[in-house]
Order: sequence, then structure tokens, then C-alpha cells
Amino acid sequence: MRSGQRDKGNQKTSGDYVGIDAILEQMRRKAMKQGFELNIMVVGQSGLGKSTLMNTLFKSKVSRKSVLATAQEKIPKTIEIKSISHDIEEKGVRMKLTVIDTPGFGDQINNENCWQPIMKFINDQYEAYLQEEINIDRKKRIPDSRVHCCIYFIPPTGHCLRPLDVEFMRRLSKVVNIVPVIAKADTLTLEERDFFKKKIREELRANGIDVYPQKEFDEDAEDRMINEKIREMIPFAVVGSDQEYQVNGRRLLGRKTKWGTIEVENIAHCEFAYLRDLLIRTHMQNIKDITSSIHYEMYRVRRLNENNTAVSHANGLPEHHLSAHEM
Amino acid sequence: MASTDVARQPDNGVRPLSLAGHVGFDSLPDQLVNKSTYQGFCFNILCIGETGIGKSTLMDTLFNTNFENFESSHFEPQVKLRAQTYDLQESNVRLRLTVVNTVGFGDQMNKQESYQPVVDYIDRQFESYLQEELKIKRSLHNYHDSRVHACLYFISPSGHSLKSLDLVTMKKLDSKVNIIPVIAKADTISKSELHKFKIKIMSELVSNGVQIYQFPLDDETVAKVNTTMNGHLPFAVVGSTEEVSVGNKMVKARQYPWGVVQVENENHCDFIKLREMLICVNMEDLREQTHTRHYELYRRCKLEEMGFKDTDPECKPVSLQQTYEAKRQEFLVELQKREDEMRQMFVQRVKEKEAELKEAERELQSRFEQLKRLHADEKAALEEKKRLLDDDQSSFGKRRAAAQLLQAQSLTANGKKDKDRKNSGFM
Repeated sequence: MRSGQRDKGNQKTSGDYVGIDAILEQMRRKAMKQGFELNIMVVGQSGLGKSTLMNTLFKSKVSRKSVLATAQEKIPKTIEIKSISHDIEEKGVRMKLTVIDTPGFGDQINNENCWQPIMKFINDQYEAYLQEEINIDRKKRIPDSRVHCCIYFIPPTGHCLRPLDVEFMRRLSKVVNIVPVIAKADTLTLEERDFFKKKIREELRANGIDVYPQKEFDEDAEDRMINEKIREMIPFAVVGSDQEYQVNGRRLLGRKTKWGTIEVENIAHCEFAYLRDLLIRTHMQNIKDITSSIHYEMYRVRRLNENNTAVSHANGLPEHHLSAHEM
Repeated sequence: MASTDVARQPDNGVRPLSLAGHVGFDSLPDQLVNKSTYQGFCFNILCIGETGIGKSTLMDTLFNTNFENFESSHFEPQVKLRAQTYDLQESNVRLRLTVVNTVGFGDQMNKQESYQPVVDYIDRQFESYLQEELKIKRSLHNYHDSRVHACLYFISPSGHSLKSLDLVTMKKLDSKVNIIPVIAKADTISKSELHKFKIKIMSELVSNGVQIYQFPLDDETVAKVNTTMNGHLPFAVVGSTEEVSVGNKMVKARQYPWGVVQVENENHCDFIKLREMLICVNMEDLREQTHTRHYELYRRCKLEEMGFKDTDPECKPVSLQQTYEAKRQEFLVELQKREDEMRQMFVQRVKEKEAELKEAERELQSRFEQLKRLHADEKAALEEKKRLLDDDQSSFGKRRAAAQLLQAQSLTANGKKDKDRKNSGFM
């Protein structure tokens, strides 16, 4: 059996409709029927407004604190990973949103290795997916619990990144998409904010930290252009709020203070709208794709290779001899 | 499905939540569609049917292109498959279409093995996808998916029933690919015959347990049209790339002395229905069924055949890694054993050869000795002869010498006598 030649180029005679583009509609229908999954992790010290920001992003009480009425709000002694899922729906599009909270991060006196439980959690999700994928009898749709995006909250000191921030982001940017944000940005003036952001970008570059959107995953020139604009703006300086106030005759989400009301969705006040647009309206699919086709694949390669080396060491056989045998 | 539906049970602790405002993730399907459009789509059709039944023409008509297929001969010794890939584009959708045609199907005298090349081809595509999926460093999203998504089986328009070749082939393929049977050259059957023919075909398929592709009914938007279409199976199609003017339009048709069969006229044939179902409504579902049902089945069977299990006899989950490592160890041990065996065999052979050579050498040596002896004997004999000859010669020589002497003596005696006589005579 021989395969034939390829006819490149448009061969359609004008006016004759075949219906190939109907596949877009079919895909859309399939996607709507299946629904979507999104897993977001929020990391930052307590008191930085993580829960509020999540609630603001999804315009409902999605954070753990709002859901579980905990009598005490004590800071836990060790880092815990708590996730909570919601089914939300908008205009027929159903989404299972999982918010993963990390109370206790950065709150201890000795914060060395505070990234470890988080790293372990992320890798455990990859592991669960891998195990299901290599099963003989596997589910039609493998439940996706992999962390798609990790929002890292930087306290608004106005100076530069702290060693904890650098260390965490350096390690985790290799396994998950990190979106850094400046929390409680209403404590910074515009000049302080710009200075802070520039400083942070420099430090990220100096430490080789690749945050989302990563330069190396830009697909084409158009992508690069869009992403460059975003890269010039990160980290987003955000303010979160789930309270509505009357401003100029409209009800808006904001924070009311004695000296004025900060409108959350006003881009002159803070960059929440950019963050929301990036995460939800334009790049959500891209975030999920990078997680599944790059971070997960890297984990898989590492995992499958380390099994080979473990066995080879046990048998005293040279590594290259075994790694040549792929299934 | 509204999230405020009270009757909905939260599963796995997932709560339905209502949103207080517009969040914006309703653009998610658009984002997904945009990405897919950017990547392009893949669709692979397999056409099975006898030579000359109209497979290539139908493909040309379906996709409004000239795929440049040449006619095949009827004298192929075996069934072969010919795959050709084309890049088509309509508005902003790019489709990589692969059309696989059978060559020589139904032409052989003995058609017992006709289905085998087709099954092998389908399995080969599954196998290469499986290989890619099992690789350590893989790139699935860039992988050109060559698995067969739809199989159009062309039934001869005999008007009576299916041939046994059809039944056998379809039975072998129904668990591997989505089969859509079509009645080819449907303009040779009259309307009433066609109706009876279709019923006969469907009942034969059912009674033989052949599972053809059913258009999906789970999505409300298309359930109705799919149900209707399911009732029209198999589609009676006519293909044509020639245009004939009917009324004031040019339409694709076949012109006969008694009339014009219009391809896109639903009263004349089911071509429109086929195009509708195959491309406009269910292309994505065909791809999905291939991946989630047929491919998974193949994968499961293949891995089980290789000896992998999900749970061992004690029903504890066995990881693929462990099984794989165990198998690899087995394999290496096996290799080692075979290597030893081969080495032994080699040594054995060498010994044998050595013995053989030694034997030959000995033989050679003995023959040499024999010849030498023979030679010595002959030499001795010759020497003897020579000696005798020499003796003879010497005795002859002696005798000659003696004779000569005698002669000489007698001569001188005679001379003396003569002289004496002479001398005495004178006196």
C-alpha cells in the first residue's frame, strides 16, 4: 500500500459548498455538552486577599472561606492544601471550577521548604492523571485535576521581591503556570506601582523565572505580539472586592474608603480587569493546553525515565542499554 | 442545564453555584474552536467496494474536488489499499483529508482473504497511534492522526440482497471502524425496488449481528435529524462530477437518453443526506467514536495480548510500570538464554567442522601414502627392468665382443691358412 501525493492549496470551486466548516459548530456543541474543567491554585501569605480575589473573579462565593463556615480563622501550623469545587454555568457553558487554597504558606517563622507540600500536590495530580492514562481499561474522559494555573500573591511592599517569593516562583514555574499578582494594590500610588512592577520584572528575569505567558511557548508572531503586551504588564496590580457600591449612578464592585471608592473593574484604578481577561476571557484554553501538553508531558517523561534508571541501578545494567527499549 | 436546578445532586462534593454577574468564561468554547481552527482538522475515510463501483467518483462529488484517481485494473492478484492525502480549505477551516481506496476488492477468484488487507491497514493505523502514545517523549497534538474515522462500504445495486463477501467483510470490520453502508450506482434501481432492497439489507445486517454506525441521538439539537437519517440507511447514492444544465442551472448529474439523474436532488438519490450526515453533522462524532471506542478497544486488546493487566490475581492494582519492568526482565533473560544457546551451537558447529576437516586431512594423508607406495613400487619394478636390461646389454656386449674376437681370430687363422696354402702352392 503506498501513500499518494499531497495536493496543497485550495481546490474548491467557488460557490460549491461542501460543509467542512460545519465541523466548528460540531466541536462547539460537543464542548458545550461535555463542559469544562478549571483548577486554579492561590498561593500567598494570609491576609493578602486571596479569597476575596477569587470571589471577585468568578462573581460568586467560590473561595473555601466563604463555603466552609469555620469558627476559627487560625493560621495553621503547617501548610495545608485545601481544594473546593463548584459547578458554574454561564450562557449554556458549564464549568467545574476547583479552587485550591494553601493556608499556612509563608506564615511560619521558618519558611524554608514551604514550596514542598505545594510541589508535591501538583505532582500528585499529574501522577493521578498519568496512572489513569496508562491503565488498560481507562475512562472515556480522564478526570482532570491537574493544576492549570497558580496565582501567586506578592505583598505590596513597593520595594522588590522577597527571597521567599523568588524561591517559590523559581521552583514552581518549572511545573505549573504561575501568574504573579500584586495583592492589595490600593496601598500603592501609581508611581510606586510602576516602580515596583519594573523591579519585579527585572528580578524575575535575573533569576530566570518564566511566568505565564512563557516566551518559549509563543506559537507565532501574532501570539508573540499579544503576549508581549501582557508580559509588559505583569505582575498585575489587583484589588479584590465582593461588595457593590453606588458610583455615579451605577452599582459597581469596589472598596469604599473615606477618601474615595476604588472601583475594581476600572482599569484606571487597578488591573483586575486585565487579570480577569487574561485568565478567563482570552487565555483560559491556552493555560489548560500548556499544562497538559507541556508541563504534564515533562512530568511524564521524567517519571517514565526515572523508573528505567531505578531498575537499571537495581540490576547493575548500564542505563543506555535499557532506555533504548521503548514500548 | 441550569446550575440553579434544585433537583441536581452534587457529586463528589461539587456544589452548583450561581453567578452574580457576567464572568466571561462563556467565551471558552470559542477559545477552544479557535485553537482547533489554528491547528487544522484531520479526517480519514476508507472506501471499500468492488472495482468500478464508483468509489472515486463519489469522493470527488462529496468534496467537490478532482482527486485525480486513475482507473484500476480488474486483474489485481490481491486486494491492496491506496491512501492519498489532500489539504482542503473552506472559509477558515483547514482539513487534512485522507481517502483510502481498496484496489482489486472482489476481483479475485478466491475472495476468502479479501478482508484481511483492510483489517491490517486499520490495525496498522491504530498501532502507530498507540506507539506514539506510549513513547516517552511524545507529541500527540502534532501527530498526524491517520486512524480511519469512517468506512463507506459500497454495496452493489443488485436489488436483491447483500453478497456473502459484503457480510463477511463488514462483520470483520464492525468492531474496528465506523461502517456506513451505501448503495452505489443507485440510479440503476427503481424506487420500489430500492425500498425493498434497503429493508432487506438492514434486516440481513441485523440478523448477522453486524454493527453499523448509528448517528448519535444524545444531543438534542441533532437528535431529530439523526433519527430520521438512521431510518434511511443505507444511503442510495449516485456520484457525478459532470455538470448538465437543468432548467437554467448547471447541476451535477448523469445524463441518460431517457432522462437526467441529478445528484443533489433528494428525490433522485440520497447523496445530499450522505453529505449532510457524514460531513456537516457528524464528522466530529465519527472522530470521537473512533478514538474513544474503536481505538480504546484495540489498545485494550493489544496491551492484554502483550501480557499487561490492570489488577493481578489478588485484585491489587498492578502498575503498568511494574508489569513492563517484569516483562523487560523476562525479555532480557530470554535474550541472554538465546545468546548462550547460540554460542553453544556455534561452538558445537566449530567442533564438528574441525572434526570433519581432520578426517579429510587424514584421508588425504593416507591417499598420499598410498600413492607414494605405488610410486615406489613402480620405481622398483622399473629399476629391476633396467637392471635386467643392463644385464642383457652387458651379456650381449660380452657375447658380441667374444664373437668379434672369434671372428677376428678366425680371420687371422684363415689368412694364415691362406697364406700357408698360398705359400705352399708356389713351391
